[in-house]
Amino acid sequence: MSPNLTYVAVVGVLFAAGVILLLERSLTRVLMGVVLLANGVNVLILAGGRYGGPPIVGTTPDDEMSDPLPQAMILTAIVITLGLTAFLLALAYRSWRLVGHDEVQDDIEDRRIVELAERDAGPEVEDVDDEAEAP
Amino acid sequence: MTALVPLPVVIPLLGAAVTLMLTRFPQAQRLVSLAALTGVLGVSAALLVVVCDDGPQVVAVGAWPVPIGIVLVADQFSALMLVVSAAVTLCVLVYSIGQGMADGGEDTPLSIYHPSYLVLTAGVTTAFLSGDLFNLYVGFEILLVASYVLITVGGTEDRIRAGTTYVVVSLLSSLLFLTAIGLIYAAAGTLNMAQLAGRLDALPDGVRLMLNCVLLLAFGIKAAVFPLSAWLPDSYPTALAPVTAVFAGLLTKVGLYAIIRVETLLFPGGPTRDLLLVLAMLTMLVGILGAIPQTDVKRLLSFTLVSHIGYMLFGIGLSNELGVSSAIFYVVHHITIQTTLFLVVGLMERYGGTTALDRLGGLAALSPLLAVLFFVPAMNLAGIPPFSGFLGKLGLIEAGAAAGGGLRWALVAAALATSLLTLYAVARVWNLAFWRRPVRTAASGPIEGAALPRLMVGATVALLVLGVALTGIAGPLFDLTGDAAADLLERAPYVDAVRGEGVR
Repeated sequence: MSPNLTYVAVVGVLFAAGVILLLERSLTRVLMGVVLLANGVNVLILAGGRYGGPPIVGTTPDDEMSDPLPQAMILTAIVITLGLTAFLLALAYRSWRLVGHDEVQDDIEDRRIVELAERDAGPEVEDVDDEAEAP
Repeated sequence: MTALVPLPVVIPLLGAAVTLMLTRFPQAQRLVSLAALTGVLGVSAALLVVVCDDGPQVVAVGAWPVPIGIVLVADQFSALMLVVSAAVTLCVLVYSIGQGMADGGEDTPLSIYHPSYLVLTAGVTTAFLSGDLFNLYVGFEILLVASYVLITVGGTEDRIRAGTTYVVVSLLSSLLFLTAIGLIYAAAGTLNMAQLAGRLDALPDGVRLMLNCVLLLAFGIKAAVFPLSAWLPDSYPTALAPVTAVFAGLLTKVGLYAIIRVETLLFPGGPTRDLLLVLAMLTMLVGILGAIPQTDVKRLLSFTLVSHIGYMLFGIGLSNELGVSSAIFYVVHHITIQTTLFLVVGLMERYGGTTALDRLGGLAALSPLLAVLFFVPAMNLAGIPPFSGFLGKLGLIEAGAAAGGGLRWALVAAALATSLLTLYAVARVWNLAFWRRPVRTAASGPIEGAALPRLMVGATVALLVLGVALTGIAGPLFDLTGDAAADLLERAPYVDAVRGEGVR
């Protein structure tokens, strides 16, 4: 069985758009990226199963049935994504209430350590400048 | 005795439902949580005994035949993981109850804490018992969703910032895992792991390698393997002390469990072995070098956590029996020790008012008990004999030396260097926080009237004793992990047990 080209193209577009949005600073855009990626994955799973008529015994001959397992998996994945989208929205809202924006921030400790390193390196650089200017 | 298998999942989920109904009665919530986790510990211990005597236990959920239904499988490896995780979650629960009682319920536990904690436990046990890749994904999601709630509990600015990083990175890894599941289903037509073991072998090498790499990428993020580990030290330290402790102990290890399962059962002897070894070396060295300059004890320990993931990867990458056996032993050791250390840091924060190393000082004189509580697991982590950290590292290094070859010897050297640097990092904490004279600044010194609540100390001591006891039972434990590793590498016991349930 070869995969349907339409599915493959849709998956590619959804993944590309999702990744670009995921790289943004604003949490709302990140959220959109996650939603697009999740839908891309769902289409990917759908493309992995056999397609055909409704998988109900008596309605469709056995060899023309679609594969119901990927559809069941996608349903589960959709429910999980729904819950997580709600949670991310709540996070973005809380962030907006607290700091007035929903941008993902740099880690404070990381910045502190960079500042410490700069402070350690600082005086030496100045000394060199002093010596250069002295004569 | 297959009736025991679903219980570690069912008990905490039921407990979560009951505690959710009891949100107005904190005392009853505590009792239900305690009873549920004690029950999980008891069932897991019984399961371990049964599995050791009778071989892997399999349950087809809802009596649906495989591959339409899902199987839960308990072999020696997963039963051992269940016992250790149940013991650790129980101790951390007692600790957080102690903390909640001491604080009078102001800060913790919020009414949502107990249900989330039990759901987290259910997710961890689901992941350990799952015999189906999609069910493993669901297990991961259950534990992650609970962890999102726990890491942002209270919703302060710091926790929202750290939680955002954590949630987005975890979401991405889950999506990668789901992608891998979709691809594997398309390639093999099943997600039952025992069935996959046979069918994946028949696939072309290129396809197998691709599937293996996508799975490793997803689990590598969860297990905090080096190039994918940057999220961990940024997100864990801001959570509540018991939450950080249980995350540090368990969550990365669930990722490692998945890596071990996938590498031994689904893709044995693949070309990813050397890749894993290189990643193990980088994880060890970069992690520990990150730990050394840290000025905050929690962040320092988070970096050692990342670093020591490398040891377990080392064992998996060797993929000989001694290597995998030592890796499993190291997982057991590391879950216990890392959790203990984070609990002790929680006590230090209560007593000294901060976890910043430049403001702590003189704790050894002020509280000798706290000093002992930190010193023993710290030495255990660094691998000082006779503690279990030494035994685990010894096993790994022996396995590396037995396998031979340039890369493996380089890893042995890296493992020894990491052990030494870990000793340096924890000795630095010891010197600054415990040994030197108290720093006299406005914000330092013990908080007036700060006492260590008995329940919190009791829970920490219990875990510490468990960590030390690992040395005492190291012989039988190594026998057990050896058997588990042999079964994992042989694959047949697992596959045959599931096949007995009607898998074709």
